[in-house]
Amino acid sequence: MAKIPPPLWLLAEVTHSCPLQCPYCSNPLNLVAKQDELDTEGWFKVLHDARKMGATQLGFSGGEPLVRKDLGELIGEARRLGYYTNLITSGVGMNPDKIAHFREQGLDHIQISFQSDNMQLNDYLAGCDSYEQKKAMAQSVKAQGYPMVLCFVIHRLNIDHVAEMLELAVELEADYVELATTQYEGWALKNREHLLPSRAQVQAAEAVAHEYQEKLKGKMRIYFVVPDYYEGRPKPCVDGWGKVFLAITPDGVALPCHAARDLPGLDFVSVRDHDLNWIWYESPAFNKYRGTGWMKEPCASCDEREKDYGGCRCQAFKLSGDAANADPTCSKSPHHHVVEAAVLRAELATQRPLTAQTITEQPLVFRKRRNAGLTGL
Amino acid sequence: MAETNQSIDRDAVPSLPPGYRMQWEEVQDCHVLLYPEGMVQLSDTASLILQRCDGNATLGGIIAALEQEFDEEDLSEDVLGFMSEAVARGWVRFG
Repeated sequence: MAKIPPPLWLLAEVTHSCPLQCPYCSNPLNLVAKQDELDTEGWFKVLHDARKMGATQLGFSGGEPLVRKDLGELIGEARRLGYYTNLITSGVGMNPDKIAHFREQGLDHIQISFQSDNMQLNDYLAGCDSYEQKKAMAQSVKAQGYPMVLCFVIHRLNIDHVAEMLELAVELEADYVELATTQYEGWALKNREHLLPSRAQVQAAEAVAHEYQEKLKGKMRIYFVVPDYYEGRPKPCVDGWGKVFLAITPDGVALPCHAARDLPGLDFVSVRDHDLNWIWYESPAFNKYRGTGWMKEPCASCDEREKDYGGCRCQAFKLSGDAANADPTCSKSPHHHVVEAAVLRAELATQRPLTAQTITEQPLVFRKRRNAGLTGL
Repeated sequence: MAETNQSIDRDAVPSLPPGYRMQWEEVQDCHVLLYPEGMVQLSDTASLILQRCDGNATLGGIIAALEQEFDEEDLSEDVLGFMSEAVARGWVRFG
């Protein structure tokens, strides 16, 4: 096998606690308990070890990272070590003093997520009154000299509002806007029957995004990615297993992808028990799907295998039962019919309005600790 | 390319946009340009030019400084070519 590259991207999921309960959360269904979280010193060691290995971009994520009382200290340490520090937050729990304090600690960028441009929908999905707070914090982030990045997670319930979301971004003078396609892992997979947009919705949203990209060229960068369910080819998940991306869960477990913990038969270990360098370069779990040697057909002989690495291992497992299968979003996958069926159901569901009856038949499952630990689909 | 180059004024002052940072990365053995959730590995030429985009030097001044440092006759075309690319990618702003 070719030489293993160093991890360049470190995602520090500092807590799974969150005041919001978005039903598309990318956290696993089994949330890590607060008492199991790494302490400040534990995170310092992670930051130090990963930086030494070459990690340069650092995301503080969660859960809601602002829940951690020591976030300022962690940012300060990260910046001293030379990371480019990104804070990925809902904005709930933020205030102008904290924004200023983080700036002093060297924070490079704050990304604030919105559930919708619309207050009612935003607050419904978030499970709390947070829209006005998010707007106020976005304004404060901008006023304090940070680049402003807004993130809208896109799904069936808000995808028809892409133009309004981009207008909100214009109003808030955002520098970047991510129209982030929901990835159907974790809570989002559980709620996929409510969240997957129809092809017509995706196409309309894409057209609007392109129109604004053209209109706002040089002023605002807009990212829009078509969901893999509609592409016929899978995404190169995390740019390849154990190639660029290293995630650390609140309890210190190192993962090649933040959803990978749900994969069976892999022994993902904690930085509490093992050296991070060993975990990345030598642990069986990080080597399991590195490169292309593990692939089965149709991936093994596919001329696009170096481009998309067979897609997402977690998605392959969840949708086909074997993580070594081709990601079923690929039209060459023998399990592609599972994706086609979900797409068809999305098509049908969007042709009739959502009624109280359909909602009660199969309600959205909000991401809460008391709903955590639910298994299966 | 030539047309684009002429549109950049030599008296203009280039700088990195807010939130952009350039630094040397030992492990990657190159300079990188860092920005929100992104990173670009820079060639030696790119890093030599971007290092001088400090918000004080004019484009003409940067060209002259590079010509002097490397004892070259005319680096205008190289620098302007890179600069129009850098502007298009959002790595550099003027004014």
